Amino acid sequence: MKRKRFTTLTGVLLALALVAAACGGGTEPPVAGPLGQVTIPDGEAVQIRSFNAITGDVSFLGIPNQRGVELAIADYGEILGHPISMATGLDDLCSADGGQAGAQTIVSDPQILGVIGTSCSGAAGAAMPLISDAGLVMISGSNTSPALTSDLAGNASTDYNVGYYRTAHNDLYQGRAVAEFAFNELGMRNAGVIHDGDLYTFGLSSAFQAAFEELGGEVSVFTAINKGDTDMTAVLTEVAAGGPDMLFTPTFPPEINFIAQQVRGVAGMEEVTLIGADASLVDNFLEIPEAAGWHHSGPDTRFGANENSITGVNGDAFLTAYQDQYGEPPSAPFWAHSYDAATMLLKAIEESATDVDGTLYVDRQGVRDALNAISLDGIIGPITCDDFGDCGAQLITVIRNDSPNDVEAAKANVVFEFAP
Amino acid sequence: MVSAAETIERVRRSRFNWVDMFLNALRVGAVVFIAVGLIGTIIKFAGGEGPSAAAWRDLVVSGLAQGAAYGLIALGYSMVYGVLGFINFAHGEVFMSGAMTSFFMASYFFDTGLWISNFVVALILVILSATVTATIVAVLIERIAYRPLRNAPRLIPLITSIGVSFFLQYSAAFLFGVANKSVPQPPAWLLAKIDLFGLGWLKLEATKVLVIAIAIVSMIALYLFVEKTRTGRSMRAVAEDKEIAALMGINVDRTIVTTFAVGGAMAGIAGSLWALLFRGVSFDTGFLPGIKAFTAAVLGGIGNLAGAMLGGVLLGLFEGVGPLLILDGWGIPGVSQLKDVVAFFALVLVLVFRPTGLLGERLSEDERA
Amino acid sequence: MIKGELNVKKVLRAGLIAGVVMVFVSAIGMVEDFDSRKVIDPFLSLGFLALFWYVPRAGYKVGHEEVLEGMEEHPVSSQQVVAGLSVGVVGGVVISILVVIAHVMDLRDVFIRLSPKLVATLTFSDSVAEPNIILGIVWLIVISAVLGAIGGALHLVSDRLRRQILFAVGAIFVVAMLEDVISQILRTLGLGSANRLIYRAAALRIVPAILVAAAGFFLGGRDRAERSRIARYLADPDPAERRRKSLIVAAITLAVVLIAPWLLGSLLSEILATTAIFLLMGLGLNIVVGFAGLLDLGYVAFFAVGAYTSAILTSPLSPFFAPEWPWWYTLPPVILVGILAGIFVGTPVIRLRGDYLAIVTLGFGEIVRITFLSDAASPWFGGAGGIRNIPGIPLGFDTVSGSDPEYILYFALALVLLAAWVSYALLNSRVGRAWTAMREDESVAEVMGIDTVKAKLSAFVVGAVLASLGGALFSAKLGSIFPTSFELLISIVILVVVIVGGMGNILGVAAGALVLIGVLGGPRQPGLLQEFGEFKLLIYGVILVYMMLQRPEGLIPNVRRSRELHHDEMNQDAWLKAQADTAEEPAT
Repeated sequence: MKRKRFTTLTGVLLALALVAAACGGGTEPPVAGPLGQVTIPDGEAVQIRSFNAITGDVSFLGIPNQRGVELAIADYGEILGHPISMATGLDDLCSADGGQAGAQTIVSDPQILGVIGTSCSGAAGAAMPLISDAGLVMISGSNTSPALTSDLAGNASTDYNVGYYRTAHNDLYQGRAVAEFAFNELGMRNAGVIHDGDLYTFGLSSAFQAAFEELGGEVSVFTAINKGDTDMTAVLTEVAAGGPDMLFTPTFPPEINFIAQQVRGVAGMEEVTLIGADASLVDNFLEIPEAAGWHHSGPDTRFGANENSITGVNGDAFLTAYQDQYGEPPSAPFWAHSYDAATMLLKAIEESATDVDGTLYVDRQGVRDALNAISLDGIIGPITCDDFGDCGAQLITVIRNDSPNDVEAAKANVVFEFAP
Repeated sequence: MVSAAETIERVRRSRFNWVDMFLNALRVGAVVFIAVGLIGTIIKFAGGEGPSAAAWRDLVVSGLAQGAAYGLIALGYSMVYGVLGFINFAHGEVFMSGAMTSFFMASYFFDTGLWISNFVVALILVILSATVTATIVAVLIERIAYRPLRNAPRLIPLITSIGVSFFLQYSAAFLFGVANKSVPQPPAWLLAKIDLFGLGWLKLEATKVLVIAIAIVSMIALYLFVEKTRTGRSMRAVAEDKEIAALMGINVDRTIVTTFAVGGAMAGIAGSLWALLFRGVSFDTGFLPGIKAFTAAVLGGIGNLAGAMLGGVLLGLFEGVGPLLILDGWGIPGVSQLKDVVAFFALVLVLVFRPTGLLGERLSEDERA
Repeated sequence: MIKGELNVKKVLRAGLIAGVVMVFVSAIGMVEDFDSRKVIDPFLSLGFLALFWYVPRAGYKVGHEEVLEGMEEHPVSSQQVVAGLSVGVVGGVVISILVVIAHVMDLRDVFIRLSPKLVATLTFSDSVAEPNIILGIVWLIVISAVLGAIGGALHLVSDRLRRQILFAVGAIFVVAMLEDVISQILRTLGLGSANRLIYRAAALRIVPAILVAAAGFFLGGRDRAERSRIARYLADPDPAERRRKSLIVAAITLAVVLIAPWLLGSLLSEILATTAIFLLMGLGLNIVVGFAGLLDLGYVAFFAVGAYTSAILTSPLSPFFAPEWPWWYTLPPVILVGILAGIFVGTPVIRLRGDYLAIVTLGFGEIVRITFLSDAASPWFGGAGGIRNIPGIPLGFDTVSGSDPEYILYFALALVLLAAWVSYALLNSRVGRAWTAMREDESVAEVMGIDTVKAKLSAFVVGAVLASLGGALFSAKLGSIFPTSFELLISIVILVVVIVGGMGNILGVAAGALVLIGVLGGPRQPGLLQEFGEFKLLIYGVILVYMMLQRPEGLIPNVRRSRELHHDEMNQDAWLKAQADTAEEPAT
């Protein structure tokens, strides 16, 4: 009799202990995983960082990204009773040096769990080895270089580091989108390509060339200008000599402004179809009269109705909040990708966090595992991560600017959609 | 009696044989390279490949138009160098201030309607305002940054001018914003191709013709000013020898200010022409053209006004036409990217063949080596 | 200033300049951007400091007179305080005019930062929509007046007290701005909890601020002679003793330098490593410009060549030729390439005059960069994509790369020491003397039998080799190089570092590198004061112009240069002194 009661008591106690352990309500901190864990005492904030190009000539890209992170944190609220902090935004200076220095700042603070950034792919390439070694994760809302993830055929790229993720699209997709649009929709067979020596434009141009040639088209002239060039007659003449039907030039303003102004004056380029990319999806190109008729590829920015399944905020609501907070609309569309990236990161942190008497223990490997397995609907569309960090919805659209005097209408004039 | 100069020459000649060999090799190599490239391009042209004759014509005209702008800016460099003996790095920013003013005025006229209703008046006002602004900026720089350094060794004012250049560029960036600013489009008749001389094949873009015309007029005006007027004579005298000019009763300080002012005015005109031609201005619009313009001034012969203009035009031509004319003949891909390489190599080669520049330099007594 | 008279014109002028400075600082957005960073919590923000910093100086200057020997010195009086106050008032009026204009008109089409938010900030208002203009203007004028008066009042105190006050203010500024350095050091020393006592939200708390000011005050009061105790320690008459003492000082310095990276943490080591690489290039350019007098504006080309050589030889991703050598093996080729580059750049420019040399070398710099960038040469150099996956420096037990900035700093310092030794050795050798002669007067040097060709070429070659070695280290540090790292701006910045630091002087170049690169940051690299990062190049410009006008010999001048540059003033002083002496002689 006694034994049976004793056995039952032991069994009940054991069961209770198991339940207690499973609930994580025990007083023992959990065993840390292979990458260690971060301890957040009661009342302290969960630390993440924003790492974007907030100064310099690409600040039009980096500042909306940082603000997207700020608003995401505000919308997310708290993680298991702890507030979330991103401290001051770090600057990646759009260079490898800046990326490396910023990464040093990040890895020297053991409390940081993850980073949303960078803006520029060159900075990410230099930052990731440090961030990866420290066990952290970085999710980018703007990097599009294929070299940072994979070739989309199952092979890791040269700059891939474990712990890197991105919600922005992979430029291999964008190149494919433009090629399909040009080849199938517009019937183009002979393309001229001009890039400006920038890592991003060069990568996208190469991706376009590969995809276009795979479809059966011909890239007759692949050439470049330098930033600071104003007279485009020579390069346009060079392109004209190849007899193209179309010109693809993902260059930035002001060089693309000069190209647009001078292209029709060059013999052989009067009828050529003109396609740019998202670097020129900015007001000060779209509003010039010569931009009429230009096509632009870029991420699908029809966010309005899409709702982020974690915070419940949709695109339009975000834009209203952004305008209220900062007094101006965002100057680039990747705020959405950064917002979704931030919510993703916070969700992953929450999932791998264990609460022991108010103190939070977050396992770093757990964050990575959570991200690898995550699936959510973001403002940019459905988000899941492949093996090499490409998590974004990869939705690309091509718009045609039919109304330089109404830039908003121009940006909304979608003529082609692409999804992988 | 053997003069010191002769001794120096003799000493030089006896020592520097292998330097001469290197330079000769460079000369020969350059000539061969250019020749092969030219032949290649001619063969391509004959075979129907490459740019058409019309395309070549357009390239030349574009090169001339840009070269005209370079020439106007180069005038300022040349004059200041001739009188004070240092490179005024900030001159590119004087040019930028003219271009910026042109943008603001043109936008204002566009918004108020004058740009459309009476374009010619609007254009004249734009050019005038750009000229005035650039002149004021140039004079202010001289007064604040260069006058206290009148007697300093040459490197010091050069560094100061670099500082002024940074300051002006980034002030413009922060005051007016870093975004590129688009100048309103001129009316359609200016953008069209006009048949200037009634010959069927010489159809030139009207804007470029206008730019070249205004540049020529400015150059002639400057020439008349420097050669015929008293102030111009004072400028030449001060450029020749400051001390003796002072002894002759010339107010050296005032003449130097005038030099800066005139150089600034030329740069201002260039700025407005640039705004008209390229319709895009930003805070760093002056950086690269400034360097190219100084290259042009050296190419033509520093201190020499005709040389500055010639150098500018030639540089514009080399830049515009060179890559396709010579490099394409070698079959190099992506030649337009190498535009600046062609321009700087042209400078090196001109100096190797003619160390004092194409039309020779005109410097004051104490600056001649 | 004549006693009893208030020089209205001078006051107006100074006040207007002060006002213009305030308007400028506001219009470029500095006041707004810096407002969120507090210097002393909670009331003194960096924006406020940026706005008003010039007013006390203007107030001081207006009462200041340049007294040359032999002139009658006027006694100080309350005149100067009144003058300072008036300057402040004028300045305050000017900025108030800006406030009114910005409030009434929307000038943002032209001046993008004159927003309602700026008006609210300047008038100390809480609400952006309803700023208290009148009250704000009153405050502006009152604060300016007080600051101007303080500036003027500085005349009334002794020189020593004045210096003490300046030190106190400077100390607060330094300790506040270097918050992340100091907090990092404290953390490394295990005193991390002290941070919360001293700082709050990256600003100094009030009590520590007072303590810091007191410390500065005390430091400033110490006699000049006392502070150069190290110099006196080293100035031993016995040469053997002197050498022994120098070695001791050198050993201690070396020990400090070796420990420092671990004390300072990885971020600071990173910044110092970048500074050291720029310093290395500065020393190389110092040889070319400072010693040999050759104005080279394309110096970055040598850096690029070394970096690409090392990258191509070590990276598995090098497009054409990928032998994947360890970093050490690449050093001989890097040196060889440096020598060749120095010869190729130097030979065509041998005969060219000073400023032609400048533009041609600038051209070469651009040619090199564009070649590395070009599609045409991308089968060898990678084009716009650069060369990536560059491995670090293998050290047997570990590989040193960018993630170990402390070790990179050691390497950089080793190269810097090499450069310093080379500079010093060459300066005192035949070549060095040839350079000095050539710098003074080339024609005379030639006639005197100096082989100027050899002298010029050796300057180029030595400079090129040093830069190339720096490039090799740079490649290993960053792990990936792109052509944008080698732009013209870098050549100009290195030249500025050399000149501002003190041309021809090793310590001077170090000072220049620390101040310009370490504190403000390189063109694409962050520095210590990250807030100022955005305005970096604007501040460079101001520093340059100011230094050239006031102190062209640089921060740590070379005595000889100093004499050359100020010889007018020295002659004048000497003449005046001679006049005073002859006047004192009794008439016979």
